[in-house]
Amino acid sequence: MTSGPENIEQPTEQSTGSESTPSHPLVTALQREHPEWIGEVIHAFGETTIIVPREHIVAACSFLKTWPEGQFNFLSDICGADRGVEEEPRFEVNYHLFSTTKYHRVRLKVLLNEEDTHVPSVSGVWRTANWHERETFDMFGVIFDGHPDLRRILLPDDWQGHALRKDFPLRGYEPYSLK
Amino acid sequence: MSSATIPPQFEIVDRPLDTQMTISMGPQHPSTHGVLRLELVLDGEMVVKATPDIGYLHTGMEKLFEYKKYQQGIVITDRMDYLNPLGNNLAYVMAGEKLLGLEIPVRAQTIRVMMCELQRIASHLVWLGTHALDIGAMTVFFYCFREREKILNMIEAASGGRLTPSYFRIGGLMMDLPAGFENRCKQFLDNFPGAVDEFHKLLTGNRIFQRRTQGIGQISAEDAIDWGLSGPCLRGSGVNLDIRRANPYCGYENYDFEVPVETDGDVWARYMVRMREMRESHKIATQALSRLQPGPVKADAPKVVLPDREAMKSHMDALIHHFLIVAEGFDVPAGEVYHPIEASKGELGVYMKSDGGPKPSRVHFRGPSFVNLSALPVMSEGEMVADIVAIIGSLDVVLGEIDR
Repeated sequence: MTSGPENIEQPTEQSTGSESTPSHPLVTALQREHPEWIGEVIHAFGETTIIVPREHIVAACSFLKTWPEGQFNFLSDICGADRGVEEEPRFEVNYHLFSTTKYHRVRLKVLLNEEDTHVPSVSGVWRTANWHERETFDMFGVIFDGHPDLRRILLPDDWQGHALRKDFPLRGYEPYSLK
Repeated sequence: MSSATIPPQFEIVDRPLDTQMTISMGPQHPSTHGVLRLELVLDGEMVVKATPDIGYLHTGMEKLFEYKKYQQGIVITDRMDYLNPLGNNLAYVMAGEKLLGLEIPVRAQTIRVMMCELQRIASHLVWLGTHALDIGAMTVFFYCFREREKILNMIEAASGGRLTPSYFRIGGLMMDLPAGFENRCKQFLDNFPGAVDEFHKLLTGNRIFQRRTQGIGQISAEDAIDWGLSGPCLRGSGVNLDIRRANPYCGYENYDFEVPVETDGDVWARYMVRMREMRESHKIATQALSRLQPGPVKADAPKVVLPDREAMKSHMDALIHHFLIVAEGFDVPAGEVYHPIEASKGELGVYMKSDGGPKPSRVHFRGPSFVNLSALPVMSEGEMVADIVAIIGSLDVVLGEIDR
């Protein structure tokens, strides 16, 4: 009966004690080459997250794409997240990178304040970023500067608000057509 | 006689009207596999530009996850890619298990592998039937659905649902396999290779089918990676990438199977990859079935996994845990994970973020259909309108997953 809670608590210690865990060799190599790109490195649940200042995200992505040691040539996913209305910075954009030759993954994270939700687009680095960025714009209102076609993708063009923000209600009380 | 003697009005030109026409294909077009609308700019019968328009099935599932407890979220995943619900269940529960740090028993892992491979076969059978139907071969459809029905019956026997099984739970399975399942599964697996031979006889040697698919909708390996294609679409372009091999989960590293790769990058190559994949899935399912050993199917984590019915009737703590899990859910440690699996259509990734409570703070599905469809314009430009139907079929998109 006691093994359950122990199992549950174990990852918590990992994630909170992330500062002291030894760094991934790739991250140390990256830190040596471009220290200004790395805001913070988090190791948790066997995954590596690098928080990148938003002005460096395009440079970091295009470097990682062709970097011989990393070869992160495949962009798996971009997704936004809302940390909560009171949180500052409120929004985050996660870039999940993958290497089709070395099979490892890394997550880049850009943090954004509510007043200024602009982030440079990486659709010039990977064309697959196009739709992911449109979705993030649609759901969170994150504006990707330099995106070739930044329109809503899932919701109608005249939709008001951004549906996955925490202050957007789950239920509405009037039909969409009356708005 | 030189050509200068022909009067200019009788010269043969490629574009007699010199006009372009914009038409809307879908959202009610039967070959768009759901409600997909394509805005096509046509020059005669040639596609100059194709712009997919999606969102007709958007139901706000990712928003709904944030208002549901972790276990309640599983039933939402069934409704995303409704041809591969067990794959969706698996990606979701494995992301949760990663956050919780749960150890899953061997029997549960083996059953998960077996059921997922059966589901992959079922998903490919729907693809094959509808793809052939789109191109004009109707018979294949009935043969495919005959086999798929057997798989759905097995899934129903195990979970109670044909299309919405919700069979995998965070911490293991809903329940163990029913009595007699092994025999039933063995009977199906014994007969399945013969069925694949039948599909090959019906389609692969068919000259019309070959002409409709070979050299159509080509995409190179570099473009495929650039556009984020995954699964059979990527392997059809000659990239040997399978998440089951690259980042093994559920013990896939212990199974003996090949990753089919074709190099042409056209509709035909994607067809051949999936046809060969069905045989590989059959191989994996057979191995998993032979490895089934008696044992628990739920992790030893009483605060997360629902107790057995019998234990609830005799043990006070089991009853308390049951009440707490159902009424309040369980707290998941704060953090974020991205868990990719190889679904039938490609890389299905679940990004799950927890802030410590019983409900996730954010769940995002990286649907393979969503990404594969985004590459449709680059494959279809310069092709004929009728080939668009073949290309959409070869991408194997499910709009429920794209729109979520």
